[in-house]
Amino acid sequence: MPLLWLVLIVLALGVVGYGLGRHKAMTSADGDVRHLHSLPVYYGTNVSLFVVVPALLVMVAWLIVQPIVINNSVAADIPASAIPESSTLGLVMSDVRRVADGLDLAVTQGALTSAEASGLQAGVSDVRAILADVGVALGSDVSATTLSAAQEYRAMASTANLAMTALVLGLAIAGFVYAYGRTNKDFRARNVVEKAIRAILIVAASIAILTTVGIVLSLVFNTIEFFKLYPAADFFFGTTWSPSFGGGSELGVLPLLWGTLYISVIALAVAVPIGLFAAIYLSEYAGPKARGIAKPLIEVLAGIPTIVYGLFALLTVGPLLVNVFGSGGALGVDWMSGASSVTTAGLVMGIMLIPFVSSLSDDIINAVPQSMRDGSLGLGATKSETVKQVVLPAALPGIVGAVLLAASRAIGETMIVVLGAGAAARLSMNPLEAMTTVTAKIVSQLTGDADFASPEALVAFALGMTLFVMTLGLNVLALVIVRKYREQYE
Amino acid sequence: MTDATNNTPKSSLLTVSPRVKQRNAAEARFKMYGIAAVMTGLVFLIILLSTILFNGVGAFQQTFIEVPVYLDEAKLDKNGNRDPEDIKKVSTFGYNPLIEQAIYDTISAKMDKNPLAKAKEAKALISASAAAQIRDVVIANPDLIGQTVDFRILAASRVDGYLKDRVTRESIARDKNIDAVHLDIIDALRAKGIVKREFNWSFITGADASESRPEQAGMGVSMLGSLFMMLVVLVLSLPIGVAASIYLEEFAPQNKWTDLIEVNISNLAAVPSIVFGILGLAVFIQFAGLPQSAPLVGGLVLTLMTLPTIIISTRASLKSVPPSIRDAALGLGASKMQSVFHHVLPLAMPGILTGTIIGLAQALGETAPLLLIGMVGYIASNYPTGPIAGFMDPNSAMPAQIYEWAKRADPAYYERAWGGIIILLVFLITMNIIAIILRRRFERRW
Amino acid sequence: MYDNPNLERNVAQQDTKISARNVQVFYGDTHAIKDVNIEIPARTVTAFIGPSGCGKSTFLRCLNRMNDTIDICRVEGDINLDGENIYDKRVDPVQLRAKVGMVFQKPNPFPKSIYDNIAYGPRIHGLAKNKADLDEIVEKALRRGAIWNEVKDRLHAPGTGLSGGQQQRLCIARAVATEPEVLLMDEPCSALDPIATSQVEELIDELRDQYSVVIVTHSMQQAARVSQKTAFFHLGNLVEFGDTGQIFTNPQDSRTESYITGRIG
Repeated sequence: MPLLWLVLIVLALGVVGYGLGRHKAMTSADGDVRHLHSLPVYYGTNVSLFVVVPALLVMVAWLIVQPIVINNSVAADIPASAIPESSTLGLVMSDVRRVADGLDLAVTQGALTSAEASGLQAGVSDVRAILADVGVALGSDVSATTLSAAQEYRAMASTANLAMTALVLGLAIAGFVYAYGRTNKDFRARNVVEKAIRAILIVAASIAILTTVGIVLSLVFNTIEFFKLYPAADFFFGTTWSPSFGGGSELGVLPLLWGTLYISVIALAVAVPIGLFAAIYLSEYAGPKARGIAKPLIEVLAGIPTIVYGLFALLTVGPLLVNVFGSGGALGVDWMSGASSVTTAGLVMGIMLIPFVSSLSDDIINAVPQSMRDGSLGLGATKSETVKQVVLPAALPGIVGAVLLAASRAIGETMIVVLGAGAAARLSMNPLEAMTTVTAKIVSQLTGDADFASPEALVAFALGMTLFVMTLGLNVLALVIVRKYREQYE
Repeated sequence: MTDATNNTPKSSLLTVSPRVKQRNAAEARFKMYGIAAVMTGLVFLIILLSTILFNGVGAFQQTFIEVPVYLDEAKLDKNGNRDPEDIKKVSTFGYNPLIEQAIYDTISAKMDKNPLAKAKEAKALISASAAAQIRDVVIANPDLIGQTVDFRILAASRVDGYLKDRVTRESIARDKNIDAVHLDIIDALRAKGIVKREFNWSFITGADASESRPEQAGMGVSMLGSLFMMLVVLVLSLPIGVAASIYLEEFAPQNKWTDLIEVNISNLAAVPSIVFGILGLAVFIQFAGLPQSAPLVGGLVLTLMTLPTIIISTRASLKSVPPSIRDAALGLGASKMQSVFHHVLPLAMPGILTGTIIGLAQALGETAPLLLIGMVGYIASNYPTGPIAGFMDPNSAMPAQIYEWAKRADPAYYERAWGGIIILLVFLITMNIIAIILRRRFERRW
Repeated sequence: MYDNPNLERNVAQQDTKISARNVQVFYGDTHAIKDVNIEIPARTVTAFIGPSGCGKSTFLRCLNRMNDTIDICRVEGDINLDGENIYDKRVDPVQLRAKVGMVFQKPNPFPKSIYDNIAYGPRIHGLAKNKADLDEIVEKALRRGAIWNEVKDRLHAPGTGLSGGQQQRLCIARAVATEPEVLLMDEPCSALDPIATSQVEELIDELRDQYSVVIVTHSMQQAARVSQKTAFFHLGNLVEFGDTGQIFTNPQDSRTESYITGRIG
């Protein structure tokens, strides 16, 4: 493992650098710590930082760039005629890499000498058999072009590896010489080290941005791929959703959006009144004892994983609803055929959102200044009049924000709808019928052994994009409203 | 204007006017709505928890049959030389007849009249796992061949269901796998103490089983999968989260970049978890080429999901350290960095840990992103062979395992799914209690 | 300001509006008000003065049972309004507060329009028969609050957009609109600048012809300027109660004297 060795060597140099740097600083101060600008630790750390950081950074960058560069230059040597019908350059290149890796493996396992590996010829030796012996299975025999490309690939890779090793070690030594040379008792080692730590902190903070960028890029690129294969207008305005992996799919998003919105509306219809009234009661009426018991208990509902709610919908609420609305049920009607339905999912999602709405509203109601309540009570208003006519209007923007956040939760919720809403995409008004949602379809299109290049799999990214844009819009709107609201009372 | 008061009829305070009565009634109603809402929430909680307990407790008990099995040398070791290689050549199919015969004989011995015509009919009573269980014992101890050994084998899922009232005589009417005769046998053997319901450790420690053997399935392997994922989450999200929070709270200048980061963090906290699954699939699996279903990938995805939670709570606890502490350190000539790392951070640590544990608990129960990176559909039937395999080899995770069982559409697996939820909730409750204790123990009032 | 103070005072002292007997107030275990007896006359401005934490605001809040809204607060003794005990079980605090209005330390207009702020009380108490009636009540209250001229053109602008002094006069007008008999004011000028303060003080003096006004104040000058009667509270005790002139010129109790001369406070 030469790479591991390289890393270890650099790290070892870093450790040595630490000791030497520290020692030199101490010597320059005649062994008296008080004469140093910084503590001795900082001198040591400074030297190791200069040894390790540039060397490893360059190494990582090299490792990312090297395959791309080699890939491109080898690919350029493959004539278009060598690419079989029904294949692409990309597929040929992945064969090339596979053969090259196989040859590497054969060499390390001793099945071939490295000279033999570079000298193999397609017609002469059975490369496929050799590679199969070392555990690399190939789908077909290796063509001459592929083999020579693979050998070229190996040659370039080994040169590049050598160059990288030299460069990295050179950098480590240069870093050591530079930092060690600067080390003396007046050198401000602490400032340098602290700058390095600061840089680490900034990188850590930027991961949030990287994540967002990652989300956006992975959604955008795959969505573009999808729209190349399937017209965007048909996706956005199509009213039929019937994917078939054999081709000829209809992938209209409208039935999914309808299911998503229908379920979310039912969920909010359950969660908002209950959550809001619970918040009002807990913040305006309940004594500290009742509040201290009821509030954490309701919040337990928020800590329960969504898979639990999903199972609850599938196995408890769904059958219960069928017992009431299904054929032979308590009402004697036949409105519901299966356990999964819009109501099942909506109801359970509503339960899940109760603590979300109630704790957000609770915070917001508590932010309304007490002087407002005093003013109203002092005029002879009852508590409920005060709540309805003063507190709630004052808290309205905040509550609207909370409801928007809850709506965004409902739209993005996956497990409950996967288990409780059903799989059929329908545009129907009947709340007791099974419908499906954007999230449920993302799951069903991306799980299983679908080919990632097919529109049926790629559509999941377009759905993800739709979902991301919708929830992002709601979140930003809610955050802006809530922030404005808080500023008003601060 | 002055006569306004004189016009108002003098009313006594001691009599409540009709209007006030009305208003008080409205007040009482409003209060009732509030109480009703709180009660509804609590009732939902109670229903949910009791449903889980009621349905899931059964998974911790399993029906076993105690039976002496004659390990026939003629079948298991034809050459009679106890060569392990030869013994291994006998597959589980070779063991089935022995077990069926053993059950048949036991029935004959314990019942007045054996209702079964052939030993083969006893197959419906035992789990398909029994043959493998006995084979493993024989391979480990070849000397047992030729003897009669007592085994405790798993009963078939339907037998187990009969003991748990999941399977009834009515429900088996159209079931090809089991007859009323078998249930009679079970009743009789149960009375004799041959068939027993006992606590089932292997549900907690065992591996997942194939679709047809719910009686054998356990949570153990997926628990390990979750453990490895949580290790990844802890190791990555705690240092990154703390570093990011320290920067944003202590060092960040007020500028566009900082604003951008802040907006990003609050947004990420509200992005649907399924979107993180898409990110994981596209970036970690398709782009970076990491293996599907690996706890490492699951851990990375969950790290990104948990980071905003940890950053938000860490910043809150950094903020609660009073500025006077920072001033005191700076006043002694410490650098800003030293004041943060020597004073502020240690003081904020309990709060940070509490937030991290709560973030981990959230991540532990998260399912949706795991679906997309292939942790569902993979049958976690083997324990990882070592730490590296633990991170890199395909595995399931607790919530993914529960989902997998729920999908199998078999009441016996539903019971296991509920049982799995009990285990998952035990973990979550423990983590939350630790967080609460930490908070109580170290909470400081400045 | 004082057109004919002596005459007014004589009229005012004829009848007692509120009388308190042996009032004790507890906050949890703290004994906040100790055995207070006081007779507050009708159509007079009565000032409560004393160092902070002496219980004057607490006692004020007992007079319209605002303390009911604090869970740990307990009131003992009798407080009579026109001879009726306001802590009687049959009394509804809602009805009481319509009769005994309150103005708070910080101006607290509701986040509604000026009109709706004033109309709030009349609406909840059902004082207006119709819209025209309500308009009239609002105008009358705003005039009574000496703010009509400043806001008559923007009755539907938010009340929170007014200046501090205007807001406080709006709050006074809001309290007046429910046609109370007593107005309680808890340091109504402490958040205002001197000009706004003098406007509010002028208003308080005008209100005296119709209402009993009880004002808690930190400022002895203010008490001297606006009140006819002054009560001095110290550590939860009512130390001295009498005509304002007498309290400030010839206090009977040494503690009052110390406070007035600035030795405690």
